[in-house]
Amino acid sequence: MADGSIGLWTVPLAVLGGAIRVSTPFLFVSLGECITERSGRINLGLEGTLVMGAMSAYGISYLTGSPWLGVLAAGITGALLGALHAGICSLPRVNDVAVGIALMLFGTGLAFYLGKPLIEPTAPRLPAIDFGWWSDIPQVRAALRVNVLFLIGVALAPILYWAFRTTRWGLLLRTAGESSDAARAMGHSVLLIRLRATMVGGFLAGIGGSFLSLFYPGSWNEGLSSGQGITAVALVIFARWDPLLCLWASLAFGGAAALGPALQSVGVTSGYHLFNAAPYILTLAIMIITCSPKRTLTGAPAELSITR
Amino acid sequence: MIIGEPPPLVGAFGVDAIAMTMRFGDFLALDNVELKVRPGSFHALLGENGAGKSTLVKCIMGYYHATEGDILVGGREQAIANPKDAHALGLGMVYQHFTLVPAMTVAENLVLARDDVPAVVNWPKEMKELEAFLARMPFKVPLSAKVSDISAGERQKCEILKQLYLKRRFLILDEPTSVLTPAEADEVLGMLRDMVVKGELTILMITHKFREVMAFADEVTILRRGKLAGAGKVSELTPDAMARTMIGAEELTVQPPRTGEAGKARLELANVRALDDAGAVAVHDVSLTVRAGEIVGIAGVSGNGQRQLVEVLAGQREAEGGEIRVAGIPYHASREQMRRHKMSLLPEEPLKNACVGGMSVADNIAFREFDRAPFASGGWWLDRGAFRDDAKKKIGQYKIKTRTPETPISALSGGNVQRAVLARELAGDVEVLIAANPCFGLDFAAVAQIHAEIMAARNRGAAVLLVSEDLDELLELSDRLVVMFHGEFVYEARTSEADLTEVGRHMAGH
Repeated sequence: MADGSIGLWTVPLAVLGGAIRVSTPFLFVSLGECITERSGRINLGLEGTLVMGAMSAYGISYLTGSPWLGVLAAGITGALLGALHAGICSLPRVNDVAVGIALMLFGTGLAFYLGKPLIEPTAPRLPAIDFGWWSDIPQVRAALRVNVLFLIGVALAPILYWAFRTTRWGLLLRTAGESSDAARAMGHSVLLIRLRATMVGGFLAGIGGSFLSLFYPGSWNEGLSSGQGITAVALVIFARWDPLLCLWASLAFGGAAALGPALQSVGVTSGYHLFNAAPYILTLAIMIITCSPKRTLTGAPAELSITR
Repeated sequence: MIIGEPPPLVGAFGVDAIAMTMRFGDFLALDNVELKVRPGSFHALLGENGAGKSTLVKCIMGYYHATEGDILVGGREQAIANPKDAHALGLGMVYQHFTLVPAMTVAENLVLARDDVPAVVNWPKEMKELEAFLARMPFKVPLSAKVSDISAGERQKCEILKQLYLKRRFLILDEPTSVLTPAEADEVLGMLRDMVVKGELTILMITHKFREVMAFADEVTILRRGKLAGAGKVSELTPDAMARTMIGAEELTVQPPRTGEAGKARLELANVRALDDAGAVAVHDVSLTVRAGEIVGIAGVSGNGQRQLVEVLAGQREAEGGEIRVAGIPYHASREQMRRHKMSLLPEEPLKNACVGGMSVADNIAFREFDRAPFASGGWWLDRGAFRDDAKKKIGQYKIKTRTPETPISALSGGNVQRAVLARELAGDVEVLIAANPCFGLDFAAVAQIHAEIMAARNRGAAVLLVSEDLDELLELSDRLVVMFHGEFVYEARTSEADLTEVGRHMAGH
């Protein structure tokens, strides 16, 4: 396996490649959740949205032969699930965390049920852009085969950062998330703002799911997500609700997830499962470092049910 | 009378409310009330909590629709269906609670308040316009600062500026100075008064501070229990006459005279340091001694570390450093120590900090002793009868208005929640009493009762630490006065010798 010509360089290279490949679903889900949470609502159901997105993208791509139609279908599925979450949460005395957990189970369950016939067939996959054409080293070329969705996600982070500050839409969203009283006093419907924010969040999470089934790993099976959606929701908290930090955090998690396979490829096989657990260890470590019982989280939208 | 025509586009205009009646189910909140605010005048609206002041202005602003009665704006009858209609007529309201978004900058808050926020905000252009607007205004605020980082005084100025930015020419101010130092209050009200005198603005101010009414208002309307109790020119009235009109015939608890001298040191703070929720130092190495039979008042504008200091004393927050001693023994706010030292606590917002809202009045009154005789046998078997008997006794003694002892305490009015906490904390022996804004938002009767109880505890030999944002309350009750600013004690004097301007200066940090 190990290529003698670049030796141990395989590891950082594979981690880089992993950061790019594995981070994409994290990136989309966390940016989506960032939008939803900045509006003052938490949607834990994005794990279910991710899996539903993956399933519907694979199905539509298989049926129509166009992976891009699959991506669109995944987004629409996600937006519909977001609308369902927001709709239920609009009712009085409904807790968004509980609804989120219910929708997480509903989304994954529904995807497994509807996706049963999709395990066998092969659907057309999303194309990748070869940024490693300049290199002769196969590992470099493999690491730099970048999917368009990743590039869109990378562009989306600064766009969101800008939009939160300078657009009417962004200001209203933040107002709803920071002080629903203030938003209401200005005559805006907080529920409507949150409905839209949750739908956009679901749309992005659905697209994140399409990446899973249509690019990497690039097939549909029930173990596809393995909790990436819920990790991405937690990631928003580490990223302090800042879309740019969401980007860096996603890359870090992607890199950590690639650590196990990368070490295996250079022959470090002992503790393989331990290294595979790197993202979860990273989660715990960041939690312990950044959280304190004596402080509240800085940057947390004031209307969020976990901070109120 | 022409119906529906908007008032002229420049200058001040008046608002009249005629024969306003507002019913909420069986409850008559307003009963045939009349309010006449002349154009270009500074009008004060006085009344106790629950007298109907807020209901009246909310009817004017279109939040409520009066059951009966008419609103005249600029002499013309208007149907104000919602706040948007009121805004379109040039009416604006500054609320008691800030409506600014704390996590956003002042500039963002101002632009956001407009009806026509552009899809993409051109910040350089907006900032230029905002600066030009501010240059014409009597007070300044830092445009790029986050609202959470500016002082309460600046926030209040922002709220008022926001209304002026939106070109409102009739301003309703709901207790606008409750979070300001006297000097800040004078500054803000003085500038508004100048605009009124120039004929640019009409102001209707809800307040309970007679000093401000006397100094700034032209006319006053006084409500009592939903009825018009009196109205007239301020120059023809005295604070005493206004107070009597507000309270009516109700008997107030008489405060016992201050008797006895201060004894031994009872509560000692040495270099106490505490952090706020964001992890910044809120209480900065403060030291203080409170002796038996003495009330020490801590004055200061809210947000200068008083809350965190009280939370440390109450055991709600861990101190980062320093030492607290009670009767010479180190104190860590454990239940055992509180009992041993006979500590009593009247925290601010009692429903949130001293009660469990969903539990009954009787349970809440028994919190301190619930697992001891006579409430419990063997420390675990609770005797519900004992709870009820004790509660009944204290409900009578402290005049707590509740339907039954089993009523959830959250169903009680603010004054009665505080009376229940008072009954729990002060019924037994008290050696140390810590009270934080104990009368905030309560009516005269409750305030008089609480003040009398605090004074009585002092006279019985308790060491009292009274933290309050109400300077008048501190001047009335405390033996010694300390001013807290940015987490430090910056001024200390015997209350009898304290210089009010000096105190105000230190509260503002000068």
